[in-house]
This record gives sequence, structure tokens and C-alpha cells, in this order.
Amino acid sequence: MKIVVTAQEETLGAPVDERFGRAAKFLVYDTKTKVSEAVDNTLSQEAAQGAGIQAAEIVSRLGGECLLTGHCGPKAFRALTAAGIRVYNGASGTVGEAITAFQAGKLALASEADVEGHW
Amino acid sequence: MTVAIASGKGGTGKTTVAINLALSLPGPIQLLDCDVEEPNCAIFLKPVMGPAQSIGIPVPQVDESRCSACGECGTFCRYHAIVSFTTIPLVFPELCHGCGGCTLVCPTGAIREEIRSIGTIEEGATGSIAFLQGRLNVGEAMSVPLIRALKSKARREGVVILDCPPGTSCPVISAMRGSDFVVLVTEPTPFGLNDLRLAVEVVRSLGLPFGVVINRADVGDLGVRRYCDDQGIPILMELPDDRRIAEAYSRGLPAAEVIPGVRALFEALGARIAEAAKSRVFAAHSAGSRLDA
Repeated sequence: MKIVVTAQEETLGAPVDERFGRAAKFLVYDTKTKVSEAVDNTLSQEAAQGAGIQAAEIVSRLGGECLLTGHCGPKAFRALTAAGIRVYNGASGTVGEAITAFQAGKLALASEADVEGHW
Repeated sequence: MTVAIASGKGGTGKTTVAINLALSLPGPIQLLDCDVEEPNCAIFLKPVMGPAQSIGIPVPQVDESRCSACGECGTFCRYHAIVSFTTIPLVFPELCHGCGGCTLVCPTGAIREEIRSIGTIEEGATGSIAFLQGRLNVGEAMSVPLIRALKSKARREGVVILDCPPGTSCPVISAMRGSDFVVLVTEPTPFGLNDLRLAVEVVRSLGLPFGVVINRADVGDLGVRRYCDDQGIPILMELPDDRRIAEAYSRGLPAAEVIPGVRALFEALGARIAEAAKSRVFAAHSAGSRLDA
């Protein structure tokens, strides 16, 4: 399974980026191979509007099945849900710590957006 | 001739200049209040207005029975107003710019357009001035199509004066684009100078001839005048910081109608604009690049 984590930098030791749509990077972690790959999100960061939707498209293209992030707004949540991606809000610490917490069942599956747009 | 009255900063006196210029020039004059988020020219002009006409933009509606979930629409839309994850597309109408591209690229004809209202346009008149204003729905982000619709209603005759919104992005660019001349209104303070510089960058990017009007000219410092000198920007008029002008403003009265001497200042401004627009000399600093509105 591929887990996508929003990250401030490109390594597993990087802090989780609290933002989803305008996160600096996405770290894609494959639970089977235990290999991680960093993907840039500059395009969404620079979007005037619709950053969350664009970011959802990127996560979908990367084959992500679960998303670990800080917060997720309503448009992004709607798009992620349509793409069949499960969203786990409230991730914190480093990317590695967030993945460990997720695998230990400590992150709750989100059923709705937890912030307004443009929070 | 179309003259756009603009500024980087809000509250510098755009509306004051637009109204008084309109009242001081020989007709026919058309005044368009393009500050569609907060139109206020009508407070001074007190025109007799016609009924409001609703303005909308076409947004996609997907017929799920015909959609093959190919995703072409989502790939096309640069604003992410329509997205598909190899599923029936999701539509975010508030992000849609109404270009119609998704309906054109859809191979199965599953997308039709419906009109989403973004605001209204009203037409009216006061004396010899034809007046038009746009009013954006509260909470609406898509002001550019409304400004374009408003400008499309201006007749190509006489002088058209555009009271532009403040700022440096899409609304003001769509308002001033295509004008023959831009008047940038500023005040002689560090705040006025800061925002004037930004406005000058916008006007130069658009390659439009322009000049500056200094409002409340006898307050503040010399920064704005030095900047205009350095940059070769003509100062077209200085409006004094006169208590009578402020009092007229506070009562919603145009200064040119109630204060002696003000009309003559604006007549002179009109003459300088006409001369400058004809020669287009102030486009010399144009950077030649274009801004996307």
C-alpha cells in the first residue's frame, strides 16, 4: 500500500507539513518495499485557487491510497474522497513518526474536512 | 477615448477624480464604476438608474449517463474547476472561469453549461453623463467576467471614464486593459509612494500610457514627487488638501459642483490627458510583457 505524507522537506526525518494543498512536498511511502520517494508540490503552492484540488490530483496520480496530513479543507476533501483516497488528519512530528503512528492505528480516519478553505 | 482612473492603494481618491473629471469635461461622457466589489460613484452622481441586469458565467454540468470518465475535461481545466479521477468528474463552480473549454474537449458531449450568477449591471444617467455600474455578489471571487461585461456595454463615442478597483491583480488589470490612458491617483506619503510603485509596474506591464494625480497634495513628504521626477512620470494634477473638498466628500457632493475653482482644475486635467493620450509618449517605459487577467 502507498501512503502519502505531506512534508516540509524530502526525507523521512523532515517535519510533517500541516497544510495539504499547499504542502511543500509529498513523501510517498510504499509499505511493501519500505521505499520512500519525494515529490515536489510547488505547482499547487503557487496556484491562485484550487491548490487542494490540484494536490489531490497529484496524490491520486502517485497511486496514494492513504493521505497523512495536518489539516484538509472542504474542496480537497471532496476531491480526495472522489479519488478513493482515505484521509488521516492530525499527523505531526516527522514524516517517519507519522507513518509509525498511522501503522500503529493511532491516526483517526477523517469523515469530513476539518478546516475551512484558505485556513 | 477611454481613461482608466486607478491606484495601487485604496482610498487615494480614484472615485473623487473619476466623478469630478466626468462632471468637468464636455459631453458625451460615459462613467463606468468598475470597482464592482464596492461601487460608490452613484453616491456622488445620484443618477436615475434602470433595472439591474443579472450577469453570470457558464459553468459545466455533467450528464452522468453520457460521461465515459475519460478525464479530458479535468486535464484541460487549468483552474481545477472540474476534476476527474477516472470517475464521473467533480465540478467546483466557484472556481470556474466560464471559458467553456471542458464542453469542447468532452468527446461524448456529456457536459452542458448552465449560467451561474456572479453579479449585476445597472445603467443610468445624470445630466449629460451616462453612468454604468457593476455590483459583484457578496462572497463572489470571480469579478473579471463582470468587469468585462460592464466594459462591453460602453459605446465607442466621446470620453469613457473607468473608475477602477484598487490593487495590482486581475480585477484592476481587466478594468484598465485596452484604455487609451491611465491616471494613477496617489497621495504624497510613504504609503502612497509604496503602492504607486506597484501600480506603475502594472501599467508598464500592460504597456499603457499613464500619468499621476497627487491628491491631498500639501500633506506628507516629497517622496512621490521625487519618484515621478526620477522615472519621468508626468504629474498631471495636484489636488490640494482643502477642508472644503473633504466636507463636500463627507456629504456625498462632487467638489467640482460646489467648490469654486475645482472644475477648472479638472478641465485642465482633461486637456492634459487628451494631449498625452494622443502622443502616447508616456508608454516609453513599457516593459513589453503582458499580465494575465
